[in-house]
Amino acid sequence: MRFYEFECKLLLAKQGVPLPHGGTANNPEQARQLAAELRGPVVLKSQVLSGGRMKAGGVKFADTPEEAANAAAEILELPIRDQLPVCVSVEAKAAVAKEYYLGVTYDALAKKPVMIFSDMGGIDIEQVAEEHPGHVAKQHFSTLIPYTDFRAKELLASLGITGGELTALTGVATKLVRLFQQYDMTLAEINPLGKLEDGSFVVLDCHLDMEDEARERHQAVLDELGIKPDETRQGRPPTEFEIRGAQVDAVDHRGVAGRVVEFDGNLGLVIGAGGGSLTIFDAVQKYGGKPANYCEIGGNPSVNKAMELTKLILSKPGVDKIAVIMNVVSNTRADIVARGVIKGVVESGHDPAQKISIFRIPGSWEADAFKILGKYGVEYCDRSVSMSEAARRAVEKTGT
Amino acid sequence: MPAMFIRVDMTREVAGDRELANKLAEVCPVNIFAQAPDGSATIVEENLDECVLCELCVQAAPPGGVRVVKLYDGTVLER
Repeated sequence: MRFYEFECKLLLAKQGVPLPHGGTANNPEQARQLAAELRGPVVLKSQVLSGGRMKAGGVKFADTPEEAANAAAEILELPIRDQLPVCVSVEAKAAVAKEYYLGVTYDALAKKPVMIFSDMGGIDIEQVAEEHPGHVAKQHFSTLIPYTDFRAKELLASLGITGGELTALTGVATKLVRLFQQYDMTLAEINPLGKLEDGSFVVLDCHLDMEDEARERHQAVLDELGIKPDETRQGRPPTEFEIRGAQVDAVDHRGVAGRVVEFDGNLGLVIGAGGGSLTIFDAVQKYGGKPANYCEIGGNPSVNKAMELTKLILSKPGVDKIAVIMNVVSNTRADIVARGVIKGVVESGHDPAQKISIFRIPGSWEADAFKILGKYGVEYCDRSVSMSEAARRAVEKTGT
Repeated sequence: MPAMFIRVDMTREVAGDRELANKLAEVCPVNIFAQAPDGSATIVEENLDECVLCELCVQAAPPGGVRVVKLYDGTVLER
């Protein structure tokens, strides 16, 4: 789940990370008052969950309280990617001498958290990594051993940071890691981290993503921030299709068949298991397929849940076929999913043999699943066929 | 929609036995058995396809009292 920038800064402040002076305003008059209190030029930023605020006109500068009020009025009326801001932040404009990047996330391949530092902040770190790889340093660390100042200094010094700058940046880096671990974040990013003309550092912008499944563990801090349990906090409002997907998942406690994300393609996906969803989605695209949706199914969903998910996907205009592909399952039963999917197809008025391009769920109870699929003439395969190959076959049958 | 994959048969004796009806309703993890107001056991048709083939109902009933039939291959679970 995402946090608004002002919430990110409140969490960073708890760790003692230096922040600009300022606050948030819900109307132009509040912005005027804040700007007057700050006694100098200010920057006003739209508080939306999506990126691209600067390009969209959601960031403005003001030299006087009057200008700040006018800027706030404009920002508060400006939707960015269909989202109106919840408020506008008003902060003292910093005299920045240089910008840096600090970020912590998980490296899925290394299966470890990774600290990333760049002496070229203010632009996307992906762009810096591609165009100026010598200006990006990475360091994996353990979640079991405390992240020390020494480790941070190793990382920072690898890009030539020394002296007082090294000392100051070390403090910010270790605090960012502490926040990342304490609140089960999947991403904690300060970009840019500004070095001011007086040599001090201040967070100019930041981005935090908390693992959705960890929300319950952090109810106290979420309550403190005023975040309600039903706030999805995604980058855009959910579509009707996605809302219905969440409803399918909520009806029954057994397993997962939700987290549906809508796309415009013709191949419906019933996919999941141990990261399988992402792998399969990527494989479908690799072979030129056009997914109609992303979803996650697992944890042994009931027949009814698998059926309702299938019906939902088939109800989407433009869906020609569905592909049912999972990694090797242990706790999810292949036969239960097979029953649900076939029932969903039949209840939608289709022939399973025609509508299911491929069924590849090897593992628990696969023998029964294969009998069910065989009876309905559905093409299926076992673990000897990779998820990627299954995706290729699905794309081939569905067309691009 | 009628069940597509599973059928459960029980004898009249089993269905009419209040104590057994209560036991069947208790052991089934997916609520295929329910107890009618008169205490007899009934099959909840809409839950049949949720059967996880655990055979707890088969074991709870006397031999031949409950049979679970896999409609997709004809296998019968019974004792």
